[in-house]
Amino acid sequence: MGKFRLITKGLVKENPTFVLLLGMCPTLATTTSALNGMGMGLATMFVLVLSNMAISATAPYIPDKVRIPSYIVIIAAFVTVLQFIMQAYTPAMYETLGLFIPLIVVNCIVLGRAEAFANKNSVVDSACDGLGIGLGFTMSLTILGLVREILGSGSAFGFKFIEGDGILAFVLAPGAFLALAYLIVIFRKITKMN
Amino acid sequence: MVLSLGIICLVSSGILAVVYALTKKPIEAAAEKKTNDAIMQVLPAFDGQPERLSIEADGKVYEYYQVMKDGNVSGYAITAAATGFGGPVSLMVGVTSEGIVYNTSVLSQSETPGLGAKCTEPSFADQFKNLDPAVTRLAVKKDGGDIDAITASTITSRAYVNAVNNALAIFKAITEGGDPEVASGTSTASDQATETCPAETESASTEE
Repeated sequence: MGKFRLITKGLVKENPTFVLLLGMCPTLATTTSALNGMGMGLATMFVLVLSNMAISATAPYIPDKVRIPSYIVIIAAFVTVLQFIMQAYTPAMYETLGLFIPLIVVNCIVLGRAEAFANKNSVVDSACDGLGIGLGFTMSLTILGLVREILGSGSAFGFKFIEGDGILAFVLAPGAFLALAYLIVIFRKITKMN
Repeated sequence: MVLSLGIICLVSSGILAVVYALTKKPIEAAAEKKTNDAIMQVLPAFDGQPERLSIEADGKVYEYYQVMKDGNVSGYAITAAATGFGGPVSLMVGVTSEGIVYNTSVLSQSETPGLGAKCTEPSFADQFKNLDPAVTRLAVKKDGGDIDAITASTITSRAYVNAVNNALAIFKAITEGGDPEVASGTSTASDQATETCPAETESASTEE
């Protein structure tokens, strides 16, 4: 498979949010606004690319019995690195995403890609796969965040264009489920047409 | 098996140590900048650097910053917190030497976005600008005070008011040297529980 195909595959055919339905917890919890969703998506992508590369490089030397603990240690190390960097250079974003940054360690997308792809493919291919899936995740979270922000707060990317309060339910948990469900329907419809 | 896992752990901790050392200074600088910005925001213009002090009351140590203007103490920036809906609401409260609340700034809060989190917006927070506690009763209107609560977020509004009250109690302790009566913020817990608005349900977060 070509490198380009590897990247686009994560955007549409194996979109982690709309098709694989992985990583639902951060998806529902952090998409209160488009910027938060994008921040979470980019943070996950950073970890995904690096952990995919590291795991693909070390996989031949790791005995099968301890592969899961090894992957988790590698992923956790990258997440902590990300945490330090965000705390230092984007403290506002770090505070908004809060708990969900350390929780990337147990995000099933990251471990899922390690098991399903990185441990049997080359470093470059794994990096492309991580980039593709990461971009797909970022795109989905940004769209979901945007929809919830427009309906819930009457703004987009922080710019308010409707005065007053929006439909509050969309900022809260029930709105996350509703918006996600309708987005999945629309996404499936569009991909089936092509 | 043990060897490979051990090597992975060693390498990972090595990387973490390096990144920690590299980011330690920027992290501290970011935190300090945040505190200084908050002090600048909650107090009128002052000379020099704010002086970091602390006071002990009720067996707890409270930190505050003292600022000078023309050689006299012109005001205090006091950090105070009270329990809100999603956790503590932590404020920086600027009190002038006359005991007037000059301004407040939210240091950290984890209230519901779109509801309680609106406490950072001017429509609510500006009620605490140039507030004289002798004239304005510091309680939400529901409790017989003069502060307009945020719609559907009475608990957050109460926490905010409590935090300001706590700051004023600490201010009293600083100026009079007496024991401040700091409200715990949880004293009205039972009353809060019955009043929880259905719209203000906390979004539960679970690990995957």
